[in-house]
Amino acid sequence: MNIIALIKQVPDTETKVRITSDKKNIETNDIKWVINPYDEFAIEEALKTKEKLKEGSVTVVTVGPDRTVEALRTAVAMGADNAVHVKAEGALDTYLVSRALAEVCKKENGQIIFTGKQAIDDDQAATFGYVAELLNYPSATVIVKCDISADKTKATLEQEGDSGAKNIIETSLPAVIGVNKGINTPRYASLPGIMKAKKKEIKTYSLVDLGLGSESCKTVDSDYQLPPERAAGKKLTGDAATQVKELVRLLREESKVI
Amino acid sequence: MGNVFLIAEQKDGNIKRVSLEILSELSRQGVATTAIVPGFGDLTKVTESLVKHGAAKVVVLEHEALNNYNTEAYTNAVFNHLSSQSPSVVVTGATSHGKDFLPRLAAKFKTGIAADCTSFQFSGDKVKVQRPIYAGKCTKMVEFTGAPAVFSVRPNVLPTQESNKSGTVEKVAADPGTVKAKVISTVASQVKKVELTEADIIISGGRSLKSAENFKILADCAATVGAAVGASRAAVDAGYAPHDMQVGQTGKTVSPKLYIACGISGAIQHLAGMRTSKVIVAINKDPEAPIFQKADYGIVGDLFEVVPLLTEELKKLKSQS
Repeated sequence: MNIIALIKQVPDTETKVRITSDKKNIETNDIKWVINPYDEFAIEEALKTKEKLKEGSVTVVTVGPDRTVEALRTAVAMGADNAVHVKAEGALDTYLVSRALAEVCKKENGQIIFTGKQAIDDDQAATFGYVAELLNYPSATVIVKCDISADKTKATLEQEGDSGAKNIIETSLPAVIGVNKGINTPRYASLPGIMKAKKKEIKTYSLVDLGLGSESCKTVDSDYQLPPERAAGKKLTGDAATQVKELVRLLREESKVI
Repeated sequence: MGNVFLIAEQKDGNIKRVSLEILSELSRQGVATTAIVPGFGDLTKVTESLVKHGAAKVVVLEHEALNNYNTEAYTNAVFNHLSSQSPSVVVTGATSHGKDFLPRLAAKFKTGIAADCTSFQFSGDKVKVQRPIYAGKCTKMVEFTGAPAVFSVRPNVLPTQESNKSGTVEKVAADPGTVKAKVISTVASQVKKVELTEADIIISGGRSLKSAENFKILADCAATVGAAVGASRAAVDAGYAPHDMQVGQTGKTVSPKLYIACGISGAIQHLAGMRTSKVIVAINKDPEAPIFQKADYGIVGDLFEVVPLLTEELKKLKSQS
């Protein structure tokens, strides 16, 4: 059973965003790069699935410039068996990244493909669906529990629905599964894992290698802007009861939201 | 104007408000739109309200397999209907269903996607959209080089508006194709909850709530005004609230009319998830908490004292109206 985790390297959540002078990106110097938090759950779920099935291998895949190899090495240190880097400079859109990931999934014959429900940089929450459709696999996202059947032909998934509901989904395999926080607690890399990861040979492809040399992005970004700063409002005064009365009055009469 | 399609979302014969929000904006911009409604059964209420909000044409894609939402059936039915109509734009609401099927639909068209947009502007055949990224720490504009342009629009951002245009309604037998993954059961939450991303009012709690039981104080207050209850990452990580209640960069991005932050200091990643709220209220013991810099109204005080008082005031208000 080939288990794959599709991962992305993103700026840490504490990053203060600054915009480049051409407004086509954010400043990336001084950024602390981390594995997308939702993809950490994907790596952990891939490792756990292999342990439960007592067979198979876990391959982590990413698309991006050279720095993204660090994310792959971290995943190997956590326990992944193999790592694939699709080397691409510059900003690729969701379409092109998904095309590349789908090609790697084909090459690696991925049977269960985990990925985070979204990346916390571009927030598109679309890669799981693109990759699944390109492979003609079923997909399910916002998954908080995953059980593979004993005969390894299907998976039973728990999906976080609206308003606190849970959907139980049954899917045939192969499938693409978008995971949410709450599915597991990602393990830390072990010291032997870190040593192993340093020496691990990482398979590298270019877009040309994957037959995507003539493909281009389908979306063009421009005009990055910081949101308008909210002006600090008023702090109310008086004892708690007075303040609450005044708050309710303001919400009703001044801002008219209740 | 090219062929612009809104994939309208309904549940049990009731239209989702975001579908009307998008349609109202399209109508304001003078875009002739065909609304596609995948579903089954009596959808009269849905089609009527789509026409009322400016749909030039409503097409019901009818099939039993579309009675309840299913990722593949929905994607296939919409694609099979649209593929022969050279669509230039396909738009839907960025709801849980919209976010689920739209990437698959875009992949079928081998085109690009822009998810969770907060505005869009048509100019002739082309559309340019704006979307928040980094959970709202910044925004960008996106244009499409391929067709159709596929995008989703965040709920609660655009106003609805009825128009006096007339529109036609037709029913088409849908082709939902093969389905390999399906929902076999749904367990509703034991407590009746308002969906965070679609709520008009949200009351959120931080780690200062000190326990899961204490979130009841917020739930009681929320119940008086039909609000949803949210939580900060600190509260979720401490186990006081489930992850589906988390607001922020690793949780949900929300834009209610009113956001009341109780005992939340205002970490950068939390602010990112709620900064587009129309009105923000902060209740916090620490007068130096960064949340006060973003709040329209601030109460420096103990939430355990302030929130129950607020609940009482809101109850009084309700009994008067």
